[in-house]
Parts: sequence; structure tokens; C-alpha cells
Amino acid sequence: MSVAATHDERLARTWGDAGGLWGFITTVDHKRIAARYIVLTIALLVLDGLLAIDMRLQLAFPALKRLEAQGYNESFSLHGSAMMFLVSVPVMEAMAIWLVPLMLGQRNMAFPRLNAFSFWMYLGGVLMLWVPHLANVTPDLGWFEYPPLSGPGYSPGHRADIWAQMITFTEVAALAASVNTFVTIMRMRPPGMTLARMPLFLWAMLITSLMTIFALPAVMLVTSMLISDRLVATHFFDAAMGGDVVLFQHIFWFFGHPEVYIIFIPALGFVAAITETFCRRTVFGYVPLVLSLVAIGVLAFGLWVHHMFAVGLPKLGASFYTAASLVIAIPAGIQIFCYIATLWSGRPRFATPLMWVLAFIVTFVIGGLSGVMTASAPLDLQLTDTYFVVAHLHYVLIGGAMFPLFGAFAYWYPKATGRLLSEAWGKVAFWLIVGGFNLGFFPMHLLGLMGMPRRIYTYPVETGWQPLNILASVGAAIAGVGAAVFVGNALVSLWRGRTAGPNPWGGATLEWATSSPPPPHNFDQIPVVSDLTPLWRDERQVMEGLADDHRELLLTTAIEARPDYRQQSPDPSIWPLLTALAVSAMFVGSIFTPWALVWGALPIGAAVTGWFWPKRRT
Amino acid sequence: MSAQPPATVVGDVSGLPDTAMGPRSLVWWGTLGFMLIEGTAFLLAAAAYLYLRGQATTWPPSGHPPPDLTLGALFTVILLLSEIPNRWLAAKAKAQETRPVRLGIVVMSVLGIVLMAIRYLEFGRLNVNWDHDAYGSATWMLMILHATHVLTDLADTVVLGACIFTRKITASQFSDVNDNSFYWSFVVLTWLPIYALVYWGPRLL
Repeated sequence: MSVAATHDERLARTWGDAGGLWGFITTVDHKRIAARYIVLTIALLVLDGLLAIDMRLQLAFPALKRLEAQGYNESFSLHGSAMMFLVSVPVMEAMAIWLVPLMLGQRNMAFPRLNAFSFWMYLGGVLMLWVPHLANVTPDLGWFEYPPLSGPGYSPGHRADIWAQMITFTEVAALAASVNTFVTIMRMRPPGMTLARMPLFLWAMLITSLMTIFALPAVMLVTSMLISDRLVATHFFDAAMGGDVVLFQHIFWFFGHPEVYIIFIPALGFVAAITETFCRRTVFGYVPLVLSLVAIGVLAFGLWVHHMFAVGLPKLGASFYTAASLVIAIPAGIQIFCYIATLWSGRPRFATPLMWVLAFIVTFVIGGLSGVMTASAPLDLQLTDTYFVVAHLHYVLIGGAMFPLFGAFAYWYPKATGRLLSEAWGKVAFWLIVGGFNLGFFPMHLLGLMGMPRRIYTYPVETGWQPLNILASVGAAIAGVGAAVFVGNALVSLWRGRTAGPNPWGGATLEWATSSPPPPHNFDQIPVVSDLTPLWRDERQVMEGLADDHRELLLTTAIEARPDYRQQSPDPSIWPLLTALAVSAMFVGSIFTPWALVWGALPIGAAVTGWFWPKRRT
Repeated sequence: MSAQPPATVVGDVSGLPDTAMGPRSLVWWGTLGFMLIEGTAFLLAAAAYLYLRGQATTWPPSGHPPPDLTLGALFTVILLLSEIPNRWLAAKAKAQETRPVRLGIVVMSVLGIVLMAIRYLEFGRLNVNWDHDAYGSATWMLMILHATHVLTDLADTVVLGACIFTRKITASQFSDVNDNSFYWSFVVLTWLPIYALVYWGPRLL
């Protein structure tokens, strides 16, 4: 027994970080990196929520002047840009960074330093948007900044550059995280976890990481083209010189539409995990669920033009993309039916995480139906740029992604902190947020049908839009109170919550096999898996033999997950932070001068060399 | 909630190797991931070029002769030939042979420098500037995108070289050399469609 304790202690020492600030900036522990990612995204979610409430206050009454047009433009641009690029995508990556190694029974991700680099770049993106905002240089053209409005002719100054470069930061972060997630899932599954025995959450993250890899280069490319039009007088989007503004839209939406699913598919992974645990049965229809996830991932790349129906494209193209957009309702529907079947045939326990799943099903179905409506080109011509679209996108993104995320938060909070959230306050927050959300956004469908355009800062009283707008604003305020309860619950439960123990919900996947919170090395031994729900078996199998005096991981084969070789895993390092600083300097500099790309490359080269320079092992 | 059943030890991994080469190695997969990202960027940039071509009545727009063929052809030939030492280097890295690997790294570094020098001259023979019109912008975008990749791999090769000349080469560094060769093959392959677009697009499209 004492020998085993020594082994665990040595593992904890080997995988632990230095204390203090140095430990904080050099850590490559996936749990710590994910935790700071998640805390930052939640802080921004709150900030963006406050912006939303501010806008709802403005629109509650007609002809209000408290926010002028410019202030309103900045508010919705900040809200949309931050929500899409700094909250929704990063928080899903962060959940993967935290959960994937735990669900794989692993001690870290494939590339721990790349993980640290990803976070620092993300932090750079956050600062890129919010620091200039404090200096009153705020992007003001919405979350997709179309030229020619964002081009050099109509947007002098640096507002558009800041938006474009914020995207570069966050996309570098997201791509780094995605490659890491992809390789970790492909090569670091525990022995026995063949692809066919992989939890649905891991399938969801595998597909998401591949989608990110194929979608995000588009937005990096197009924003770089925009910056170069603005900085060095290229003419990609300048019609007078042979350029074309619609090209921007094509490339942007080639990224923009998959992005919606990059946010949504991880949420389906949360739904699968929560539904399984709280229905106390394996999820109904594993194979159709996996296939429909793959189908969503593929189809998502063939829909982008439905964001451009009003641009004046050839009719045949519009018809094709209408059909393609309708087709994606089929795999999305399969998902919903499978979860309903699981609920129907299981023994559901309606704890807060499952409540969020129910809210997801209802809200996402409404959002999906309004999506089928807007996917139809003729109807879209009437609805585009109205509040109907605002309602639709919030039903899909909040209902489809944020509700499952809140459920995931409640579900895995005890694993991360060792304590349970208060169920009672969790339910209060749930009803306030879900009720407030529906009260806030459902009327927007009607406002859109009545013709209220999106992105207006005020409206005259004669329009008759006031009553529904007041309703929407009251709903937003109620949801805001709910959010405060949710965050308050999370903070108070940190020291007042009941002790959770390793597996408070009786979950079946490997993350519940270790203590809560997990030790630095996550698992003392290598778990071996023989079915989809390893923790529901009466026996537990493990492998041994990894070093405990230096960081070592087990790699397995890509399909069958057979033990392959032992991989050294890097120690904590300052180089990811230094590299991120060097890259940040180049990105910020390149807003002002193209020479930043040349001179900025030198410190990056130096930092990357330091990063990869092999350490002598004694 | 439920206590875990006691664990049965069913295997010991301490006898497994501690490095792997090629598609078995972790870094190979990471390299693959970044190739997919960069390959997508190349494809989209090429699509943008073709899209802009579709919007124009003549290509290149009047006033620009197409890029001179000589330097582009020279670059392409040397790049393609560089695959021979590159594959040889990969094989020697796989076989973990120190001297040939050191020689191969030097050869690949020299080839990279020569190619970058030609690339530098190529920019002067494109017969269009990036700020002339959208054709010029698209041409320069493709060329810079690819030049960045040549330069990145050159830097990687030089640093690897510095590393393996100053110390005994470990198995994981042999693996790094192998992955670096893998990446160079990607740089070679991606050039072919870009070469076709930049040099033959203005003549044939």
C-alpha cells in the first residue's frame, strides 16, 4: 500500500507545476489552461450580456436618444464579435481542452505547450478588442464587416483593423487547440477504446476539430485580404480596380456557416453525455448519432450561400443552397429524435443538467424551424436583415449551444471543483434564464414579420413596434437576473457546495473514475476500456508501466487503440508565452506598417527556436 | 456516488518503445493537422484568384504582360528535384544514420536558400505590382503565401541542423528530421497548382 502511495505521490510531483506566478505563466496542465479559458469566456459572456441589456434598454421605447447611432453600432458590433469569436467558439474549445484528456484517461493533451500558446493567443484576441474599446476605438460595423464599408474608402482609422486582427488572434488560438484536440483523440485513446467505443462527446469534438481546421483558414485569409486592402492598397474588394466585394462574403461565409456548427456540435456532445447519465441508459441510436454528426459536419460546408440570398446571385445557385440548407434539418432531426427516445426509454432524473437538455430540445427545435424558413430563398428575401433573423440566430445559438453549455457546466462543475452546485439555486437560474430568454426573443420573430430591421438604434412610435419591444426588453432583464443567480451559485458553491466525490451523478465515462478535482496527473493508472460505458461495469481493468519520474504518456493506434509507444510529454515552459508575445507584437504592428511582418518574424523565430530546442536529459 | 470496483492490471506498457517514426509519431499527426490548415488556405486563395478571374473580361487585365516564365520554371525544376535529396534524407532519418542525416540537412538548407533567392527575383519578374489591380493583388497573395512556407521550412531545417550538429542525435530528433521532410514534400506539392495559376493562368485562362 505504501509503495502505491509513493507511486501516486511521485506522479503528482512529476506532473505538478511550480508554485506562484512562475507556475501560473509556465503551466502546460490542460486543466489549468482550460479553467482560465473558461473563466475568461464566462466573464466576457457577462460583459456581452450587459451590452445586450443596454441595447434592449435603448429599444424598449421608441425615439429614445440615450444611445446615439454610433454608440449603438459599437454596442452590437462588440456584442456580436465578442460573442462569436471570444465566447462561443473558445468556450467549446476550452471544454474540449479540459475534458478530452480526462475522458481518455490521459495525463495531458498531445501538445501541451501548444495548448498554453493557444490560451495566450486567445488572451491576446480579448485584449485586441477590449483595450482599444477602452481608448474609444471600437469596431462599429457588426460582427461581419463587409467591404466596401470596411474598406479604406469608407472606414478610415483603425476600427476595422482591430476587428480583423482580433479575428487573426482568436483563429490562431482556435486552430492550435483544434489540431491538439484532433491528434489527442486520434492517438491517445485508452487501450480498447476503438473508434466504435468512443463516447459521443469525443466524436463531437473530433468532428468539430476537423471542421475548425477546414473552416477557420477562410476567415483568416479574408480578414488578411481586408487588412492588406486597407494597409498596402491591394484591390481584392475594390470594384474600380477589378476586385469584388461579394468575394469577401463568399469567403467569410465559407467560414461563417460552419462556425455555427463548430459551436453547435460540441453542444450535442454535452447533450449526449448528460442525457446518458441522467437517463441511466446508453444513448439511444449510437451509430445514427455518430453518422448524423458526421453528416452535419460535411453538409455545414455546403450551405454558406444561404447567408447571401439577398446579394443577387443566380437563381439556380439560390435554389441549390436552399435545398442543401433544408437537407441539414435531417441529421439535426435524427439527433433530436434519438435524445427523445433516450429520455422516453430511460429512467430520467430531472437534475439541473438534464433540465438544460430539455430546454435545449425545445428551444433548438424552434430555432431549427425558423432556420428552415429562412433557408428558403424567396422567404429569406422578406426576412433577411429583420428581427426575425435576430430571433432565429439567438434561438439556435443560445438554445442550441449555450443551454447545453450551462448544462455541461452544472454537470462537470463537481469534477472540476470537487463540490456540487446548489440544485435549488440552479433551478431558479434555469427558469429565469429559459423563461426570460423566450420572453425576450420570441417576440422578435413577430417584430421581424412586422418589418422591424435589425441594427437600428431607434424607431418612431408610429411603427407600432413598442409593445413587443418592451416585452423583449423585460425578457432580457429577467434572463440577466437568471445569469446573475447562475454565476452567484457557481461562486458560492466553490466553498459552500456539498463535497462531490469522484462520481456524484453515476456517470459512465472515464473522467468520473478519478478524484474530484483530479490530481495533476489525472489518473494513477492507464484505464482499459471494453465498451461505451466503462464505469457501469462490475470490473475495472488498467495497465501500468508508464514512468513516474518524468512525464510520459501512452500512445495508441489510430483506429483500434492498441498500445503503440510511450511518448515523452513536455515540462512546463515559458516559451509558449514568449512566442505568443512575439506573435502578438507582429499582429498589432501589422495594423500600422507592413514591415511588422518582416521584423516581427525575427522574434517569433527566436521564440519558436527556444520552444523546440531539445532539453538535455540526464 | 458509487464506489469503484477494484482494478485488475491487464498489461504493462513499460516494454513499449519510447519513440516512433513517420505516421506512428505524434508530431507527424500534428504536422498533418497544420498541413490541412495551410492546404485549405492555399485552396481558398486559389479559389479567390479564379473568382477574380471570372469577374474580369481579360486576364491579365490590359497593360500587364504575363509573368516571365524563366525564373518560375527554374524554381519549379529545382523544387521538384529537391524531392530527391529530401526523400533520401527522410529515409536516412528513419534508419537513424547520423552522418547522412547531417549531410542531408546541409543539402536541404542550401537548396532552401537557393530557392528563396530565386523566389526573391521572381517577384521582380511578375510584371505586375500588388497595388496595380486585383489581378496583381491575387498574384502576389499566392506567391507570398507559398514563399512563406518555403521560408518557414527553411528556418525549421536550419534550426534542426544547428541542433543535430551540436549534439548527439536522439531518436526523437531523427523523427523530427523525418517530419520536416514530410512538410517539405507538402511545400513542393502545393507549389504545383500555384505555379500553374500564377504563370499559366494569365496565358491560358
